[in-house]
Parts: sequence; structure tokens; C-alpha cells
Amino acid sequence: MAEARDNVLDVETLSIALRQDDATVPIVEDISFSLARGEVLALVGESGSGKSLTALSLMQLLSKELAITKGRILLHAADGGVTDIVGLGANGRAIEAIRGRRMGMIFQEPMSSFSPIHTIGAQIAEVAMIHEKVTREEARRRAAELLAKVGIPDPVRALDRYPQEFSGGMRQRAMIARALICGPGLLIADEPTTALDVTIQSQILDLMRKLKNELGMAILFITHDLGIVAQMADRVAIMYSGRIVESGPVRDIFRRPVHPYTRALLEAVPRLGDIDRHRKIRPIAGSIPNIFDVPQGCRFHPRCPAAQLPRCAEAPPPRYDAGRHHVSCIHGAEELGR
Amino acid sequence: MSLIDTYRAYRARPKAIRRTDLASQWQLMWWRFRKHRMAMLGMILLGLFGVCVLFPEPISPYAPFERNSKYVAGAPMMPHFFEADGTFHPRPFVYGVKSERDPVTLKLRHTRDETKIWEIAFFVKGDPYHLFGLIPLDIHLFGTREGFIHLFGTDFTGLDIFSRTIHACRVSLSVGLVGVLVSFVLGAAIGGAAGYFGGQFDNIVMRIIEFIRSIPTLPLWLALAAALPRDWGPLPTYLAVTAILALLGWTWLARTVRSKLLATRHEDFVLAAKLSGCSDSRIIRRHLLPSFMSYLIVDTSIAFPEILLAETSLSFLGLGLREPVESWGVLLYAAQSIRSVDQAPWLMIPGLFVIVAVLAFNFLGDGLRDAADPYSK
Amino acid sequence: MSDLLTVSNLSVRYPSREKTGWGKPKSYVSAVDDVSFSIARGETLGLVGESGSGKTTLGLSVLRGVEPSAGRIQLTLPRGTLDVTALSSKELRRARRHFQMIFQDPYASLNPRMTVRDIISEPLIAQRGLGESLDRAMINARVVDIAQRCGLSRDQLRRFPHAFSGGQRQRIAIARALVLNPDLVVCDEPISALDVSIQAQILNLLAELQESLGLTYLFIAHDLAAVAYVCDRVAVMYLGQIVELGPTRSVYFTPKHPYTEALMSAVPEPDPDATLRPILLQGERPDPSNPPSGCRFHTRCRYATELCATAAPTLREVANGQFAACHYATELTLQGAQDLRERKDERVAV
Repeated sequence: MAEARDNVLDVETLSIALRQDDATVPIVEDISFSLARGEVLALVGESGSGKSLTALSLMQLLSKELAITKGRILLHAADGGVTDIVGLGANGRAIEAIRGRRMGMIFQEPMSSFSPIHTIGAQIAEVAMIHEKVTREEARRRAAELLAKVGIPDPVRALDRYPQEFSGGMRQRAMIARALICGPGLLIADEPTTALDVTIQSQILDLMRKLKNELGMAILFITHDLGIVAQMADRVAIMYSGRIVESGPVRDIFRRPVHPYTRALLEAVPRLGDIDRHRKIRPIAGSIPNIFDVPQGCRFHPRCPAAQLPRCAEAPPPRYDAGRHHVSCIHGAEELGR
Repeated sequence: MSLIDTYRAYRARPKAIRRTDLASQWQLMWWRFRKHRMAMLGMILLGLFGVCVLFPEPISPYAPFERNSKYVAGAPMMPHFFEADGTFHPRPFVYGVKSERDPVTLKLRHTRDETKIWEIAFFVKGDPYHLFGLIPLDIHLFGTREGFIHLFGTDFTGLDIFSRTIHACRVSLSVGLVGVLVSFVLGAAIGGAAGYFGGQFDNIVMRIIEFIRSIPTLPLWLALAAALPRDWGPLPTYLAVTAILALLGWTWLARTVRSKLLATRHEDFVLAAKLSGCSDSRIIRRHLLPSFMSYLIVDTSIAFPEILLAETSLSFLGLGLREPVESWGVLLYAAQSIRSVDQAPWLMIPGLFVIVAVLAFNFLGDGLRDAADPYSK
Repeated sequence: MSDLLTVSNLSVRYPSREKTGWGKPKSYVSAVDDVSFSIARGETLGLVGESGSGKTTLGLSVLRGVEPSAGRIQLTLPRGTLDVTALSSKELRRARRHFQMIFQDPYASLNPRMTVRDIISEPLIAQRGLGESLDRAMINARVVDIAQRCGLSRDQLRRFPHAFSGGQRQRIAIARALVLNPDLVVCDEPISALDVSIQAQILNLLAELQESLGLTYLFIAHDLAAVAYVCDRVAVMYLGQIVELGPTRSVYFTPKHPYTEALMSAVPEPDPDATLRPILLQGERPDPSNPPSGCRFHTRCRYATELCATAAPTLREVANGQFAACHYATELTLQGAQDLRERKDERVAV
């Protein structure tokens, strides 16, 4: 179904489950998406939607109790070669050669993603030394270059400083430098600005936008903030309780949302630009389902204003496509056709 | 809550229609504790020890000072179900004993006489005793109607080691228990005061604790125990040894109490209680104490074997308890000569009890530590 | 409108982390520095700022959750004026019925070892020891009433907090804060730990309760959009000081302080057609233990002059009801929330 465009990543019917003793509990079910070169895809969801686990699974970084039970994760190289990450397993040379080199990752917590006992420079250079077998001097030179590129003042001296001497925003910049030192085709950003102040957040978002245009990598941006999605993403995939409920180009999703959850979410978000119009925010009733006790059928149906019972409670909703806009809802056909 | 925990809670629910939402801290702890197999094993073992502490007289076949002159320094006697020719015997039995003098050394030697079969009987009449010092009884859990039974053998004076070991549980474990309780009170009070008042008081208490902890333990025990007058009777010695162990044992607990208190004092819910208008005493009672009580119990279960080992070491060295008090250490004291290692190695069996008890406490402590914070992420 | 809360020249100093050998702090950090404001009865004042701006400390010190080092806090009640700063600890405990707090993290602010009923009734029980005559039945009726107003059922009262989701926990926390029927409620980031779909529920609940119970809120938040929905007036804090204070509309649309302008421009608008033109501040927040001289914002301000580095501006009224602490507040033309968002065309109604 994914067109063979200039894709960097194709995820096909990926499922992740929690295994324990005799039982497996599905956490992420049948999700598919693809990322083209230079594209930003936002994976949006609330807590428990499985968005962060999806990101971790792309690098085979799931914890022991969790396992990929189904699907393929195809990573395309610039020369046309394709690697299935799922086939590589969680350990060994093959996956290590991909982590950090062909895919970089930045995390939410800039505090804990650097070791406090090594200098920033050593930790960034290490990545290049492992993957590209360059000398220490060469690695340091490249680290300094990247630190300059991510906007850290006096990069050569910054190499010899320790992470705790950096502020949150600076540390996040350094983390981006570390993720990019091997020039990966794909950057996975898991809530990279959630722990930051708004003014620092806008600096980091601006930096990521610039770097993307300059280096041409694809970004998988995981977030719960619809404001960031609107400003950063080319395409959006909305996750709810382990499934992608709607995906499509960012303008389609914000202008013509089809899935009731997407609509409700957009209605529930306060907008600064709107305060003068006294638009009331409309909350979504109920609460997010516990992942171990999910509703049957469409997982949103107990909270859905448009649910048709018993249809919605019986089977997972069908998926409808209109161009690059996909939606999993019984109302999908009529709404998309409109 | 982590995925795994939610999952466990979910999985546990269907079994007994468990209402996790209605479960108090202790219920949650128990559910979590039960999953820890080694801790459950530890608890069962300690339960058995507890029975020995409460009822040593009926459990042991003989009184601890009942000498068997026919079987001096005799080897442990194994119960059997099959006779030498392979016939099944529905009732367990021990073989009889033949005693003869060694013609060279003129020492009495005991050998198994497979022609004689002494059946083991349950709830037999034996040496009279007073249960809890009050109720006169003469029923023993097991014994033999003819002959005698010494599961762990006898010592050089013909005393039954099994009976003595069982009786020794009482003293050994109660020294530990009393020692731990006294340490607990001291540690909770001093550590609690240090954590609550803070400031200079806290500073001084912490320095004192550091000082006490910097003294090498064994020489200190030795010095204190040696200071006990040799002519004190068994009971005062017993109390004094307990007190010594407790006075040195509280520092550890005091530190835990203090650090836990400092940590919980800054929890949001404690601030919320303060902002609700709760008095200090209510905050301590309702919020602080319950929050770290479980940790104290964990620490106590870990402190217990230390005190048990300390008592054993002291008595083994002849500086703690002495005959006629029975404790595992006292029994082991008798096993330290070359002669006993050579001729009656079974005198060391009480040492196994020490090992089992210490391991049981450690298993239990492990399980409690895991269960102590049922709300952990 | 009469003022319920009047805060004048409030300062809070913390001993800094670095200590000399004997536990005496080397220096002090001013978390809140000479702050004055007032809140009218029934009004909601928003307090916005980034981390380290001192907004949470200010909120706590108003309730004397942390002791102010200087200044005065007054509560004007129908029965007379209460000088909160002068209360003895016993009087303070009694006075707590007038002001309560809702915390940011509903996972940390509820004691996991108490049932919901015990949590909500605790303030009543605490007040009972202080001369309030309340019997069990009265306490029970009050708890059930407030719990129901907060969207909790009677059956849920016997459960423990761990059985609840974040949004429900926050409802419990709100019920606890309101059970004494307080006049003033300090809401410390009550929605920032919650999921987007739940945030709106709590915002709406707070608005409903304000209406029905006549509450006055001091609403602390870093989410500017949420503040806009619930607040009548907004105070913007930077490094322990209020830099701008005024009606929400004026502050958002015609800001008079360059920091407010930068803050407004940084909020990403959830609309792909609204092109954001963020004013990227240079550098990061200075160390609060060693604030810059003069205007504390001058190190990052794009309009700063030499004057700003030497003289500290005072908070003065620059427009009707709008105060700003900037030397050039009347001269600069700053962009508001709407100017910063260029809309390509009007939104299609959903």
C-alpha cells in the first residue's frame, strides 16, 4: 500500500505485545506508516496510546517484556538497499550498526540522556568513533562542527564541558548533535521539547526545522502537542489506545478531520489565536482506556459521540482511504467522500 | 504506574475477584509479597521456628537435661520405613543400638543393631514439663515406647541434641526479637527526632551514629561482654547480652528512619495536609508514619539476622550466654574442640539452624523490600 | 469589585544549595522579589511564567506554604480583614478554611494509603479540632456533596487513589480543596500533568465550580492558551518579578513588555495555516541566584538599551488597568498573540 516513493522508512502492520508467562497483551496493533526523505511525520497520541513504544521498537529498544509480534519495519538506504529491522533482532552487530548511524534518536529528558561522568565532546565523538572508525581527533573535529551547527556558542570549548554544566535547552541541542553526527537518514524525536520552557521550545523547533532542510533527513516526531504538530509536521498519524485512527497530510487532518477522536481532540485544545472569539473548549467525556482493559471493537466507541451501537462495539472499524488520508471509522466512507 | 505493574494487577484480578481499587496498602503489599516464592519459603520456615519457640517441650522428645547414659556421644539415628530385608514397615522406626567397649581404647562404641526395631510413636508420654511454665503436661510429639531416639545424636554427656536445639530456638530467636524491638524503638525515636527537628540536633545525632558505626563491631562486643560479671545468673546475662546487641544495633535503623522521614516530609500530599490545616501530630500519625512503616519493617527483618549472628558469635566465643542457658551459640560452643569435630561432628548441627534462620530472614526481607512500596512505579 | 486578596511587596528567599561546612547557606536565592498584586472576589488571576520564574513559590507563599521573608498578605472577608502574614501557627491553621490549594501532580498530592473519603474529609477533620463543631453525619454529607459536584460518585469514595486515572485524581484533589468552602483557591498548574483530552474536562469543571460556589482563583500555569480561557486578568512573571499585569485580552493582544511579546510568539498554534513568527529569545534564563543588574530581562531583550542594564524599571500603569515593568512600555509597539499568527485564510468551520 505504501507507494514506492523515495521512502526512508516503511512500517507495515506492526504489532507490539507484552509477554508474561502464558499470555500476551497487545499494546500496539497493526500500525502502518511510511516516511519519505526530508519529510516530518508527527505521531500524535495521549498517554497509553503506544506512540513512544512504537518509536522505541523502530530501534529495537523495547524492554524485555515487550516484543514485536507482527509486521515489518523496512529501512531504505540511499543506495536502494532495504533492511527489515524486525528481522535483525534486538541484539547483535547488525542492529547496532543501524542505531545511531542510520537512525538517530532524541528523547524527552535531556537531563538523563547524557552520562554525567563524561564530557559532552567525548559522548558525541564516541558515536562517530564506533560507527565510522574515525580517529579521536577526527571525531572531535566533527563533534565541534555539529555543536556549532546546533547553535552552541564556543563549540570547541563546549566539547570539554560536562552535561550538568549545560542548561536544559543546551543539553537538548547537544543531544541533537549526538543524534546527527553520523548523518542518519531518519531522526526519531520522542517528545523532544516537552520538558522545556516555551521560549526554549521555539528555539529547538526552529533548529530542527533548519537542520532538516539543510541535511534532508526525515523526522518522526512523537508528541502530544497539537500546536507543535501544526507547526512542524508534513503528515500526521493520530494514535489512540495502540492503533492509528487517522493519518494524512497535516492540512487535511486539521481542516477536515474525519475520525471523531481527531475532531474531539481539536475541539478540546485551547488556542491562543482564538481567545477573542470566545470559542468554548469542548472536553472529551470519559477517560483514556487502560491498555490492559481495552474496549472491544473500536476503542474510542465508549467516548464517541457518533458511535453506532452495537456496530462500533463489535468489530474493529474498517479502514478507508482517500488519497493519502486514511481513517479507521465506520463513518469514514461518507466523510471522506464528501 | 508502569506497564508491567498495571498488567500484573490486571492479571491478578480475575482469580479472586480482587478489588484492587478497594485494597489498602497492606493488602497490596501482601498480594505482591505472595508472588515472591523465596520470601514465602522464608516465611514458612520462620513460622516453623516460631512454633519451636512457643512449644519446644512437646516438640522435643526429651527434656534438655535428660541424660541418656546408654548412648553417650551417639551418632544421629535415622528413621526408616523399610527393614534391612526390604519389608515395608508402615510405622517409621529406628534401629536399636548395640554398645560395646573397644578392646584397645576401652571406649564405649555404639553400633546399629539391625535386629532390634524401635517404633516411633506419636503423642507419647515422656518427661513431664510445664507448658508456658504453667500447664503440667507429659505428652511429646514423638518418641519411642521402647528404647530411645536421638535424631541429631547425643553429646559427650548423653544429652539429646535435637531436644536441645529445639529448646535453644527460644533463647536464640528471642534475643534477636527483643534486640530488634529495642533497636527499633531507639532507632525510630532517635532517627525520627533527628529527621523531624533537623538542624543542629540532626547534625549531632548523625555524627554520634557515624562514631558508633566506625567502631569495629567484634572487639566492641567482646569488650562489653567481657565486662559482664561472670557470676551473674543466666537470666541477667541473657538480658545484658540482649541490651548490648540492641544498643549497638539501633544506628542503622535510625538512619533509615531519618532519611525516609526527610523524603516523605517533602511529598506533595504532606504539604497538602499541612495546607488543609492538619496539626503536626496528625501529619505524623496519618501521613508520615504509615508511609515509612513498611520500610521500617523491611529494615527490621534485615537487622534480625545480624543480631542473631551476633548472639551466636558471642556465645560461641564463650562471652555471651553460657550453660545452663541453651542457645544455638551455646550449643556450638561445645562443638569447637578438635575432639568433638573428630568424634561427634553432629554437635555442629545447631549451626545449620543458624544458617537456615538467617537465610529465612534474608529471603523474607527480600520479599518485603519488593512489597514495601506497592505504589512504586 | 472588592479585592479579596491583597499582596504587597512580597519576597521569598531560599537559602542556596551550596552550603558552608556547618550547614549555613552561603547565599540566598530570591525566588520571589518584591511582588504586589490583588485579586477581586470571584475573579481569576492567571500567573504565567517559565520554570524558575517563581510562580509556584509565589502561589505557595500566599498560603504560607512557604514562609515569606518580607511583605504582607491580606484577605478581605465579610467579617473583617485577615492579615495572613501576621497569623500565629494556630490561627493560621484555623484560617486555612479560607484559602486552599490544588497541586500540579495528582499522583503525588494524594496520600496513596487513604481512601478517597478520608482524603476529602481530612480538611474538615483538621478543622474540627479547631473549634468547628462537626459531627460524622455532617462531615459525610459535606464530602458526598462536594465529591458529586466534582464528578465523583458515592461508590468511588471507598476506593483508594491508585484505582483512578490522572483526571479523576485531580477531581479528588479539587474536592479536597473545596470541601471547606474556601474563598480563595490557588491552582498550581492543575492541568499540566494531564492528557489533552482530560485537560478540558478539568478546566471546565473549575469554571463551573467557580460559578456555583463563588470561588476566587489564583491560576498558575505555563500553558498560555489554557490561561486565556479561564482567567480574567494575567500576571506575567520573569525571574521572581511580575513584569506585566493586566486584563487577559490586553496582555495577550497588546502586550507592553517585550518578554510577554516573546512568550506569546513562542506558543505553537494548533493550525497548520497559521504561520508562526516566533521572536526567538537569545540565550537562556539567567541563574536566579545571580540575577542581571537593572531590568532582569535586558540580557535577552531585543529592545534593550544601556539604561536597561543599569536602572531597574518599576511596575507602572501604562494603559487602562494594564501594568508593565519596562522603561519603554509606552514607546514600544509590540505584537500581540494575534499579530504573531498570520492566517492564510479563515478556518473552515468544522
